[in-house]
Amino acid sequence: MCLAIPAKIESITDGRADVDIRGLKKRIGLALLPGAQVGDFVLLHAGFAIQRIDPAEAEETYRLLEQTGITVT
Amino acid sequence: MGNGKDSMTLAHGSGGRLSHELIEGIFRKRFANPILAQGDDAAEFGIQNSEFRMAYTTDSYVIKPLFFPGGDIGKLAVCGTVNDLAMKGAVPLHLSAGFIIEEGFALDRLERIVDSMAAAAREAEVDIVTGDTKVVEKGGCDGLFVNTSGIGLIPPGVAVSGANARPGDAVIVSGTIGDHSVAVMNARHGFGLSGDLASDVAPLAGLVAAMLAVGGIRALRDPTRGGLATALNEIALQSGVRIGIEEQAVPVRPQVRGACEMLGLDPLYAANEGKLVAVVEAGRAEPVLRAMRRHSYGRDAALIGKIEAGPPGVALLTPLGTRRPLLMLEGEALPRIC
Amino acid sequence: MSGLDLEKYRDPALARKLVARIAALATAPASLMEVCGTHTMAISQFGIRGLIPKAVRLLSGPGCPVCVTSLGDIDRMIAIARQPGVVLATFGDMVRVPGSAGSLAAARAAGADVRVVYSALDALRIAVEQPAKQVVFAGVGFETTSPTIAATVIEARDRGVGNFSVYPAFKLVPPALEAILSGGRVGIDGFLLPGHVSAIIGSRPYRFIAEQHGVPCVIAGFEPLDILEAIALLLEQRAGAAGASVQNEYSRSVPEQGNPDALKILEQVFQPVDAMWRAIGTIPRSGLGFRPAFARFDAARLFDIAAAPASEPDGCRCGQVMMGLIQPDQCGHFGKTCTPSDPVGPCMVSSEGACAAWFKYGVTA
Repeated sequence: MCLAIPAKIESITDGRADVDIRGLKKRIGLALLPGAQVGDFVLLHAGFAIQRIDPAEAEETYRLLEQTGITVT
Repeated sequence: MGNGKDSMTLAHGSGGRLSHELIEGIFRKRFANPILAQGDDAAEFGIQNSEFRMAYTTDSYVIKPLFFPGGDIGKLAVCGTVNDLAMKGAVPLHLSAGFIIEEGFALDRLERIVDSMAAAAREAEVDIVTGDTKVVEKGGCDGLFVNTSGIGLIPPGVAVSGANARPGDAVIVSGTIGDHSVAVMNARHGFGLSGDLASDVAPLAGLVAAMLAVGGIRALRDPTRGGLATALNEIALQSGVRIGIEEQAVPVRPQVRGACEMLGLDPLYAANEGKLVAVVEAGRAEPVLRAMRRHSYGRDAALIGKIEAGPPGVALLTPLGTRRPLLMLEGEALPRIC
Repeated sequence: MSGLDLEKYRDPALARKLVARIAALATAPASLMEVCGTHTMAISQFGIRGLIPKAVRLLSGPGCPVCVTSLGDIDRMIAIARQPGVVLATFGDMVRVPGSAGSLAAARAAGADVRVVYSALDALRIAVEQPAKQVVFAGVGFETTSPTIAATVIEARDRGVGNFSVYPAFKLVPPALEAILSGGRVGIDGFLLPGHVSAIIGSRPYRFIAEQHGVPCVIAGFEPLDILEAIALLLEQRAGAAGASVQNEYSRSVPEQGNPDALKILEQVFQPVDAMWRAIGTIPRSGLGFRPAFARFDAARLFDIAAAPASEPDGCRCGQVMMGLIQPDQCGHFGKTCTPSDPVGPCMVSSEGACAAWFKYGVTA
């Protein structure tokens, strides 16, 4: 359920954001993420930004993944 | 829920498994004859006192919208039939065109469509030599439907069929997949994606000629409805072989991948109108690839897998290194959101 | 995408390390439920079942919105679509789902104006462009989707659009998990929790699962490494002495508090109501209905259509599949009389239904 994909906000006007999806452009609703800013990565679901994606957290999770297997013998 | 059992559904026309069951269950057994039994994109038969053989095919075109980025129903109708001939290794010669037009259809739109057919025919070096027009009352059809039939000549020595794949052969796709399907779906449903999305509709006879000049071509198929996955399954069934495909080797443009991710679609099942998949003798794979990449419709050609021994079917090597079956399309592919 | 590299969450070498870690932890059989249909899809698409030890069983849960939409709701949506002057706008997911007689696709074939949209905003646009039509949006989905529709309803109100309404058939995830756990019929050793529902509701609404039922929980992303990591974390929780908790593997998109702005909009428009889950039954306060202030957008009220009582097809075991009681191939219809192009039950219709995912990706237990 709930397919959502990363999109990058390129501009914001009147409660809508123009986003980039792997080179495609789409206008999406910002009502659910009013604090979003140009340059943010957001999760796009059914035409709305529903959450921010935090690149630092993505890196941190991946770093933890990379250390995997070492703690288990 | 019984929907598919006693009347036609859209899934019967999707190009997937139900389409195959329809053809087998209704048409093939009633029309039974050895030429029909070949099961390729075009029928092949001999000509008296000639070393050449004939390829003959027909296809009807219904598409919404009639005009889409990259083409229109007219270009599609010429290229689709030219490509079906080319997939037999034939040089396309002559086409027929039949139109079913709804009362009230604007003449200037008809002119645009016919202009585009003429341009596509010029590019494919075929003539449209006969035709027919029927007008039906409003509601009798949706705007305009086109049927084209085509004949072509198969030169001596060329033997291309979906039944010819052998273990060890290489599997090549001529370029990026999914472009047509995504561009048309975005235009049809108004999904609001803008940017570099266009149908790949193109006549492939020239590309095929370049490939045949290198040699070693065993099977060709254009992965239209049902996509690459279905075309590969057809070859696997016809030849009685297993096909191993590497998912990451299959070229997909980033924009098409993005649209597919947004809409929950699988590019492997997305329709193409200007691509082909080829089974090539292993030793000729490299020169064939080089020849393809020199051609404008084969620039992104890629080796995507090989023919294996084993029970007929297609196995996909996922990016994670696992192998899973890749089946034919089931029903009409719809966007998945929620 | 510069600045955000998620491709590496598919790295095969790292996947092998994670699988080794899972293998070392899988000392006893474990049944883990992936609640979300998009997880079901990803697990099948990447062949994850074939990668992990047989001792770890992955069960599909109730997280396919169109699979759990009740027959009555589908029948009423079809009846609304058949009304003259109505445009029924829907996500593609719903189009083929069978009601008790036909589907929206069948209604469209018979002349109804059924349109596939990507967003409720697209349905609102149709309403603005065609003021003579009544545009009804088929409101299905979980907490991820319902806020997008609430926001669209607010926009319709603010713009004074009078010909737009929503048929509310929304579902809530935590009450369904409560129902599965209190049913007590299935031993679930851990929940792979839905990442995008959690992006809205955060991690707190799941605490009762760990605290009251003692079942480990991990909120997971949708890349293969996310899923493998979540499986490993669930098995570690089970093996550890600290007891069950709700861990968050998907922290890049799931803050602990979720998305408070989205929740506020959701609560402004909708309120919890008892809801009927297809093939499962009624679950208290597991759905959403319109609040009185937004009643004029409620298509269920605007179109007063009573659906005849309907029953599921004979032998269909979708309910048991969605409750984690059986695997799809344990149903007698699976792959024989029930296929995606000729489905018997809802789990075979939606491409993310457990049965459809097993069929399409050739999964066998």
